[in-house]
Amino acid sequence: MWSLFKSYWHILRKPSVHYSLGFLTLGGFIAGIIFWGGFNTALEATNTEQFCISCHEMRDNVYVELKDTIHYSNRSGVRATCPDCHVPHNWTDKIARKMQASKEVWGKIFGTINTREKFIAHRRELAEHEWERLKANDSLECRNCHNFDFMDFTRQSKRAVKQHSTALASGEATCIDCHKGIAHQLPDMKGVEGW
Amino acid sequence: MNKQLLIAACMGLMAWGAVAASLDAPAPDGRRPGGTIAQETQAEPIPKIENKDLKRLRNYPEQPPTIPHKIDGYQVNTQSNKCLSCHSRTNSAKAQAPMISITHYMDRDGQPLATVSPRRYFCEQCHVPQHETPAAIPNTFKDIDKVLEESAAKP
Repeated sequence: MWSLFKSYWHILRKPSVHYSLGFLTLGGFIAGIIFWGGFNTALEATNTEQFCISCHEMRDNVYVELKDTIHYSNRSGVRATCPDCHVPHNWTDKIARKMQASKEVWGKIFGTINTREKFIAHRRELAEHEWERLKANDSLECRNCHNFDFMDFTRQSKRAVKQHSTALASGEATCIDCHKGIAHQLPDMKGVEGW
Repeated sequence: MNKQLLIAACMGLMAWGAVAASLDAPAPDGRRPGGTIAQETQAEPIPKIENKDLKRLRNYPEQPPTIPHKIDGYQVNTQSNKCLSCHSRTNSAKAQAPMISITHYMDRDGQPLATVSPRRYFCEQCHVPQHETPAAIPNTFKDIDKVLEESAAKP
């Protein structure tokens, strides 16, 4: 093993015999573009709503529920797609989330939620994962669009101002603490704080 | 013979026209007055929900209070009840929202219950938000105070 490593190290250290320096650097550069670009293109392809709802589990359950809500259809026509709320926008965080998503591939292969009944049975668990994630990152995905600094309290209702100017402003609460079930149906909320 | 047939046909056509015209009677003056039964009238734009958080006058003591805020997207089903996340006994202090009345914690025989009675669980059966629009149908309702005042004034 060690001798194998040493022999490869020896080859790597030696200057190239057959290929010119120009070929190697340019070739490396172009290969880099192709592989890196290809990786990111594939990553972005999995980061679209079209990709999410290509599975019936998503299309027939959560996507149908989203369609009734203000995050799908509203007066100004700005809408959120699945990855807007469920995948972080920053690259490193996104990669971390994509690695976690391998569990979802497992679930897809073994049909963990491949019927409506199974999905409903798992809804509380699935919802709790999302609540936990958004609680931990201070509702980062909400804040990608809903920026506290630019909230106009004069345009909000009295109740909204009261909550946003106190609990939210002080960091005591984050969006998901109150705004649960805004895009999908809620699970059985027995025992959830505040319900 | 041919002429007679033509006249009969003409008269028949006229009679049919008259019947058709009388069948297309004016529509009952409901919430969208005007038009005839056969006509399809334009629906009016949906008015906004009043969202002022101000308690409204109740017309009689037993009237279920109307909801003074928007309830868009509130889920009320066997799984969860968004209204109770502020208005239940346990949550009303934190939310500073009016607690649902004691009658909601009673069965139909007036026996107290620990939690909200199932028959009172679906809030929107009795409590509804109001639109920012004049009453669709005018009415002559008089407050009981007004009725008493008037009867007292009578000789």
